[in-house]
Amino acid sequence: MFKYIPHTEAEIKEMLQVIGVKDIDDLFLEIPKKLKDFEFNVPHSHSELEIYQRFNELANKNQQLISFIGAGAYDHYTPSVIRHIIERQEFLTAYTPYQPEISQGTLQYIFEYQSIITELTNMYVANASMYDGATATAEAMFMATAKKKRQKILVSSTLNPNIKKVIETYAKYRDIQVDYIKEENGQTSIKDFTTKNSKDHAGVIVQSPNFYGIIEDLTPYRSVLDETKGLLIVNSDISTNSLLKPAGDFGADIAVGDAQALGVPLSYGGPYIGYIATTKKLMRKMPGRICGVTEDTDNKRSFVLTLQAREQHIRREKANSNICSNQSLLALLVTVYSAVMGKKGLKEAQQISINNTHYLYNKLIKLDTFEAVYDAEFFKDVVVKTTLDIVTLQQHLNKNGFTSGLHLGDYNKDQTQHLLFSATEKRTQAEIDAFIDCLEVL
Amino acid sequence: MSKIKEGLLYTNSHEWVKVEDDFAFIGITDYAQDSLGEIVFVELPEVDMTVEQDEELGAIESVKAASDILSPLTGTVLEVNDDLEDSPELLNEDPYENWILKLELEDKNELDELLKPGEYEDICE
Amino acid sequence: MYYDKLIFEISTDNHVGYSLPQSNIKPHTLDNTFLRDDELYLPEVSEVEAVRHYTNVSFKNFGIEKGFYPLGSCTMKYNPKINQDISNNPAFHLHPNQSLNTAQGNLEIYYETQRILSELSGLDAFSLNPYAGAHGELVGLMIIKKYHADNKDTKRTKIIVPDSAHGTNPASASVAGFDAIEVKSNEDGTVKLKDLKAQLGDDTAGIMLTNPNTLGIFEKDIIEIAKLVHEAGGLLYYDGANLNPLLGKVRPGDMGFDIMHINLHKTFSTPHGGGGPGSGPVGVKAYLKDYLPNPQIVKEDDTYTLKTNDKAIGQISHFYGNFGVYIKAYTYLLTIGKEHFKHIGQNSVLNANYIKESLKDNYKLPIKAICKHEFVFDGLKDKSSGVTTLDIAKRLLDYDVHPPTIYFPLVFKESLMIEPPETESKAAIDNFISVMKQVAKEAKENPDLVKNAPHTTIVKRLDEASAARNPRVKYRDLL
Repeated sequence: MFKYIPHTEAEIKEMLQVIGVKDIDDLFLEIPKKLKDFEFNVPHSHSELEIYQRFNELANKNQQLISFIGAGAYDHYTPSVIRHIIERQEFLTAYTPYQPEISQGTLQYIFEYQSIITELTNMYVANASMYDGATATAEAMFMATAKKKRQKILVSSTLNPNIKKVIETYAKYRDIQVDYIKEENGQTSIKDFTTKNSKDHAGVIVQSPNFYGIIEDLTPYRSVLDETKGLLIVNSDISTNSLLKPAGDFGADIAVGDAQALGVPLSYGGPYIGYIATTKKLMRKMPGRICGVTEDTDNKRSFVLTLQAREQHIRREKANSNICSNQSLLALLVTVYSAVMGKKGLKEAQQISINNTHYLYNKLIKLDTFEAVYDAEFFKDVVVKTTLDIVTLQQHLNKNGFTSGLHLGDYNKDQTQHLLFSATEKRTQAEIDAFIDCLEVL
Repeated sequence: MSKIKEGLLYTNSHEWVKVEDDFAFIGITDYAQDSLGEIVFVELPEVDMTVEQDEELGAIESVKAASDILSPLTGTVLEVNDDLEDSPELLNEDPYENWILKLELEDKNELDELLKPGEYEDICE
Repeated sequence: MYYDKLIFEISTDNHVGYSLPQSNIKPHTLDNTFLRDDELYLPEVSEVEAVRHYTNVSFKNFGIEKGFYPLGSCTMKYNPKINQDISNNPAFHLHPNQSLNTAQGNLEIYYETQRILSELSGLDAFSLNPYAGAHGELVGLMIIKKYHADNKDTKRTKIIVPDSAHGTNPASASVAGFDAIEVKSNEDGTVKLKDLKAQLGDDTAGIMLTNPNTLGIFEKDIIEIAKLVHEAGGLLYYDGANLNPLLGKVRPGDMGFDIMHINLHKTFSTPHGGGGPGSGPVGVKAYLKDYLPNPQIVKEDDTYTLKTNDKAIGQISHFYGNFGVYIKAYTYLLTIGKEHFKHIGQNSVLNANYIKESLKDNYKLPIKAICKHEFVFDGLKDKSSGVTTLDIAKRLLDYDVHPPTIYFPLVFKESLMIEPPETESKAAIDNFISVMKQVAKEAKENPDLVKNAPHTTIVKRLDEASAARNPRVKYRDLL
């Protein structure tokens, strides 16, 4: 009858006979008649050729640009092998590994993924992944408020504004109060943090490298928090921890963020992958799936989902999180990326991105129309201020095949002339030079 | 048939209470451990914590289930059974021998509200 | 076994699996105080070692292209190849923050997908921002809360959930700051009207229903239920997990539901990916449209743009949801088209009833009515040999069939929940029936064979208790 719906009329008839009804519509008799009468306006059934035509039409309405934006979604290189592996049907079409005997493949890569996340963060345990870095950070906030039984949380102003908005939404519906710590020269004000921190706060969320790309000094937090028994939650783009001292080294209780920069394609904002990692003490308060090692009846090493009594399907209304799924296929992607890039490649991709962003920055601030904003060590994002009209600048760059930077005025009314740029290892010197030339004529 | 021990008091939520002077040992019953199955983790309360009657004291997790421990009585936690941290399966092996915590009682009148072995037996049926 | 090793265990110092271009750009050295002072411990493997490792890892999995997945409430249908090809097209892989006029194609995909979902569900607008079904539930409940709050109706703190519901429902209600109130259902999982009436009041925020319910039974009193809940001032939330049998037949919006989510990885064939990524679009009636999460994607004249609505519940995702997933759903929606939606509903229901009738002499069938896409057996009809539902599930593995959903719903002790999607051929279904009969026969004649199953899988039954008692959750824990 149809390529995805195989039964013929004869087969249907035979099956109806077994059921003991005459017509296929007799299987829907209990549905009130008046509910069955409706019109719906949807496209006709497209053949494969028509599908390709339709998507070519849509593709032509997009403009593929050379990207100089980062801001939480990085245009890093994805080695070819990755797509071939993650598209294997055994990975792509499998269900959640609830039947471990036939899901050792999924379970094994989740175990490898958890191992990689704990290595990069220097934390004790990671879960099998979360929707994205923003929701993972909100879940970390829930972990802290539940553990501490406190309804306030401190958040640094230098956190990515989209993550702030997600945290604010999640907090609002659970009556959690979010208090912001001021920023100073593009960094969290330690003075303001120390002043605001109290025994009513479950802990603090701070991002490093922060939204502006600046590497924060995370050393002072632990001792200040120990006085109030608060938790330290560090948000990082985990790829930066191939080079930078990770959350675990600063005594963090929870490390959280996005792992998109470990080879996940931009894909217009999703699917990405949030990670969350914590201490042994907080392990049983962590949301989401966790894979552990065990043995089968023949004493063979095997993998299984474990600590399930934390989860929604068992705890129901008493669960601290309602998350069911993980970004499993993305966890595989990140695992394969970390394997083929290895410790050298992971560092190299980030180091080249640092080099390229600094090269771009130094050229930008030499232009008459741009100037430096912050004086601090930055990673692969950087803020500059321009005298140019933002819309004109954007249109001019787009016309020449480039993106602009992220316009910070969209998030902060005090930064209407500020742009956030990034240049990953995918940008060549020639592209950066051409980009600068393009700006020079304005 | 699950085992019910004489000389103890019981709750509807399957905790047992053994009173000694002004304090009491608290644990879970044989029926409770049997319905939970293999116990894998006991979340113990903190010492010195004060609890109201019926308030959550902690939780017990098995492979496929979780259950809160509700305090049968009002009082202050004097001691917890640390052995359960490393060997939660002790609750499966002997739930009456392995108490979970020791509570200093605030109001001994509350004891009258607890179930006698015979009464508890009716609940388990 | 060499191929049973972890990637860390096949690592060799100085093996590399990548290459990056050389550049003349001067390196920038970061301030030493910020740098790691330990040696990063990650695998070092060549490309071929990595490929061979993960190919062998993949062989340890089951997948839809290998065999049948009769998993209740999971709708494991075939994932068309063209969906993947379309989503791989680099023309759609844009940066989420590039200017909107350079991303009109992507925004049109978003807009059109939500429009088709609206038509199919009888609701007026959808947001594709939620990442998964559970995320969609949370968003829907936040909408209910915000709606009542905006009406200064703040004493509505209770969400009613039938006891046969998916565990996620009460968990989502709690996370959204509601009290979840369970109501008992009838034997067939349908709502007990009398109990519902008793629960409804001025503290009712809403009710969450799955229709057909987890026993595969259509809630025939739905119009009455909707009327009662609305009269009490509550809203109706539809859990879209079981939408598949209703496609092209009946629409949640017409039944009286105000809000719903759809699991694109179930009903609209984007793959499950071993547990994700999914996508959980949320739809609402027109009067709730402004409450959908920010950013909202709207059409102004012929241009698509983003809108931040002050009335909205807020932002719940970093960007615009799982674009790479809903582009696949859009491909599928176009492929099915107006002509075939009703065939999905019809054939999935046909398959379920056919299996139910064919196996009811071997397995205990507590609810005998015509079911929709799924139904539940309460274990074997003859339980004298002591063979449990878990044993049956494990024995099915030896026959290359994925087991049904087991021990859910909780209303029966030995639940086996079976959902055969419309993509399965009669031959595949007949094979499943004969395997199930064979297992029932073995349970009688040779129960130990079933109790000790599986026998042919690469690992046997696992010690789950020791895994949870002393968790070993990373490679270092094995050293």
